Amino acid sequence: MPIDRRLLRHFEWTLPLLALVVSGTGIATVYSATYVPGSVGLSGFTLRQLASLALGLGGMVAVLAFDYRRLDRGAALVYTLALGAVLLVPVLGRIGGGSRRWIRIGPMSLQPSEFMKLALVIFLAHHFARLRDVRPGLRDAVVPLVAAAVPAVVILAQPDLGSAAVLGFVLLTMLVLGGLRLRVLGAMAAPIAVLAPFLWRHLKPYQQRRIATFLDPDTDPLGAGYHIIQSKIAVGSGMTWGKGFLQGTQNHLNFLPEHHTDFIFSVFAEEWGFVGCVVLMVLYLLLVLRGLAIAQRARDRFGILLCLGVMSVIFWQVVINVGMVTGLLPVVGIPLPFFSYGGSSMLCLLIGVGLVMNVAMRRYTMRR
Amino acid sequence: MGRRRDSDLHDGDPSIEVAARDVPADLLGRAGAAAVAVVLLFALIGVRLWYLQVVQGPEMRALSESNRIRLVRVPAARGIVYDRHGEILIDNRPAFDAVFVPEDARGHTRTLHELATYLGEPETAVRQALHAPSRRPPYEGIVVRRDLDWPGVVALETHQLDLPGVTLQVGPKRYYPYGPLAAHLLGYVGEVSERDLGAAGSGLRPGDVVGKSSLERAWDAELRGTSGGEQVEVDALGRRVRVLKEEPDTPGDNLTLTLDLDLQEVAERALGAAAGAVVALDPRNGEVLVLASHPAYDPNVFARGVQRDEWRTLVQDRLHPLSDRAVQGQYPPGSTFKVAVATAALDSGLIGPSWSVFCGGGLQFGGHYFHCWRKGGHGTVSLHDAIVESCDVYFYQAGERLGVDLIADYARRLGLGLPTGIRLEHEKTGTIPDTQWKRKRFGQPWFAGETLSVAIGQGYVTATPLQMAQLAAVVANGGIRYRPHYVMRVEGPDGAVKQAVEPEVLSDAHVRPGVFEQIRSAMRDVVMTDRGTARKARVAGIEVAGKTGTAQAVGGEAAAKRDPRARKDHAWFIAFAPVEHAEIAIAVLVEHAGEHGGTVAAPIAQQVLERYFTRGAAPPPPAQEAHADR
Repeated sequence: MPIDRRLLRHFEWTLPLLALVVSGTGIATVYSATYVPGSVGLSGFTLRQLASLALGLGGMVAVLAFDYRRLDRGAALVYTLALGAVLLVPVLGRIGGGSRRWIRIGPMSLQPSEFMKLALVIFLAHHFARLRDVRPGLRDAVVPLVAAAVPAVVILAQPDLGSAAVLGFVLLTMLVLGGLRLRVLGAMAAPIAVLAPFLWRHLKPYQQRRIATFLDPDTDPLGAGYHIIQSKIAVGSGMTWGKGFLQGTQNHLNFLPEHHTDFIFSVFAEEWGFVGCVVLMVLYLLLVLRGLAIAQRARDRFGILLCLGVMSVIFWQVVINVGMVTGLLPVVGIPLPFFSYGGSSMLCLLIGVGLVMNVAMRRYTMRR
Repeated sequence: MGRRRDSDLHDGDPSIEVAARDVPADLLGRAGAAAVAVVLLFALIGVRLWYLQVVQGPEMRALSESNRIRLVRVPAARGIVYDRHGEILIDNRPAFDAVFVPEDARGHTRTLHELATYLGEPETAVRQALHAPSRRPPYEGIVVRRDLDWPGVVALETHQLDLPGVTLQVGPKRYYPYGPLAAHLLGYVGEVSERDLGAAGSGLRPGDVVGKSSLERAWDAELRGTSGGEQVEVDALGRRVRVLKEEPDTPGDNLTLTLDLDLQEVAERALGAAAGAVVALDPRNGEVLVLASHPAYDPNVFARGVQRDEWRTLVQDRLHPLSDRAVQGQYPPGSTFKVAVATAALDSGLIGPSWSVFCGGGLQFGGHYFHCWRKGGHGTVSLHDAIVESCDVYFYQAGERLGVDLIADYARRLGLGLPTGIRLEHEKTGTIPDTQWKRKRFGQPWFAGETLSVAIGQGYVTATPLQMAQLAAVVANGGIRYRPHYVMRVEGPDGAVKQAVEPEVLSDAHVRPGVFEQIRSAMRDVVMTDRGTARKARVAGIEVAGKTGTAQAVGGEAAAKRDPRARKDHAWFIAFAPVEHAEIAIAVLVEHAGEHGGTVAAPIAQQVLERYFTRGAAPPPPAQEAHADR
């Protein structure tokens, strides 16, 4: 396919640049989090994260090559493939850190739950774009509900409470933005409230403990409660200007759990202080707002919903992760987008960015 | 829609755009509202960060310096172990450890010097302790001295200011009130090894105390309990300022054993200084009543942290006090093995009770002369006589008739050559040779002459004292092989029974009715008649059945050079009583006794049996009252 001149003229620069700046900061923080004093060169974590960034940028560019509306038509296929991968995890999965989340493909370990987040966005955008009715009703919510619930339950069983929760938030966002009346949402919430005690009993004891710990940290002073306190100390001890790059002490003394993945923000906050945190949060905010602006100017319903969905994945993960690390929200394993160590998350998010860029660049190309 | 080819020219003209776009205004409105929500939530995060980092920042910075908030583990008390009558075999006592956190002491040298002075130890000994745990998380205390004596506790308490980073930690220590008694069954505890720490899901931390051998190890999961912990705030010297939160520990489960302390004491006293083992089982269910191995060691030495030279002494002792002869010692069973050969003879029908042999003191076979232990010979003997008088010539001929494979088959049916399945690590199975075994092991065919050695329990045949006690139990109860077990029940700290160990049948010998009756009758006469070889095992008023054995120690000249004892014979005795409806089966081994089983081993069994029967079958010692006194 010859490259359309107009595509280049409308190339979206802001979004990928923001993502790149955040990713670069993230890799520097992974380096700090896994830095062993006295060692020379980059740690394996840093190198792998750099490779993930390169791979992700490749994926981002690759999804620019075709018109995003093809995804509208292929949404069911994308969803099915991702669901298939999620279902394969219990069969072929590799265990790490007490749960089974990864599938090995050659030298890489992929985490299908990350891809599921993106696939669900595409599928839900496709579903809501097709609704002609201005005010969709309860019946139109059944398919999205099932589409989110099936992978969520499987992922919950891995067990990966965080990824399952993200799917839930994405669904909720798409339902609201897709136009569901709030009254309908209320009607849907009622049975969930009824089912909650039942679901509670099916959570793993450590997940129950985490929720209980969130509601009352005193219930687990030696486990999660301690982690939250140490994380808050790390963040707070950064004060206004931070302790400086590689100077964090909480991190290097191994007091923080998962300090290069889920708790990486506390490493950053300790070293860069309030000022650094605000800069980082502003970067995230600009990235999300840019995505929303692209949505508002998109050509069709699918494009809008696709942008909104991708942004909701990024937004919720940032809010939940930072909320968790600063003691506002329960400790659930959710990575900080573009920041936490993890290849699958990086790859999926950059592909998501590529899709939004795709929507931005094809605002005016009307060929069908 | 293709009509808007010139669209780029109209960039920014909303009227044209909206008309062309397939987008409801409502959706755009919601996207706008979403942007507002996004900004608000980010603002909330900003406020939270401002609160933590700017408002609380200085306080958090102080806490982060030398990590002032720490977790201190509160080790759980291990479960208490009782004998079958409620006597305490393993207990806990409070003890003080000196714990050192190097990060709290700026400049170790001075602190270590002071510490060594107060403990009255050379500085090198204190330094040594610091090198031990390599994977220690920072700020986790290192135990520099376990189980301080009282002056030590006082010295450290009063000189806290000179000793930054040194704290006292009080915790339960294992205590074995009877010292070396039943040491090989009870085992010992020690600090968890780095390898065990690596095992996934162990939940163990450096410094935790775990079972290292025997019961303490095999039942570690039950005994260990769950350690608790405290979240404490410490000052810059590492001294605790206050406890922020705590989680209480849960003590481990208590075990009631089937072991009979009284009989164990009798057995060990009877064994005395000799190297050897005594095992007594209840043939009705496989309960272990006595399990003794000598020489023994004092597990208290390990509980307080074994010193290097103490350990060296134990390991280098030629008599290997750490090894459990009852379960791990493999010895040729000698004439006690004739019980298995006799079972094979009678049950297979190849040899009838009336088949008899003339013993002239030996037998010429394949160019080799096989001696009977009695040089003058036994004359004409039947199977019954051959067991009672332990005639070797009879069994040479019987073995030749039966063949090694048939003998091996019956030996295994009685439990030899197989693990008994007792819950103790490193149990040995002994060896029951047959033609297949020899081909596999040596790549050689079986020679007929070797069968003659096997028939009297020599040659390649070996067995553990536990297996021989089990064999006696199987003969006594008519062929049922129970798994030997020494734990009767597991109780939670609240006294609720969590697990009651049920007898477990491993196999049935499947021997024709009447066979074991004939063997029991012969074994009875071994003890109860004056021709028998074990007259010294008699107990007044009780019918005792038994079989002696005197086994040539295998090892050859080289072993004999290393240890002059190696030439001397092992003395065996297996027995059960009463002959009908036996309640106790016993095996005694005296290593390199140099004398007959009937002379050395039988009297040891006799003392245990006598104690068992003179105090009554179901002994009601004042155990309950004694227990209540504690």
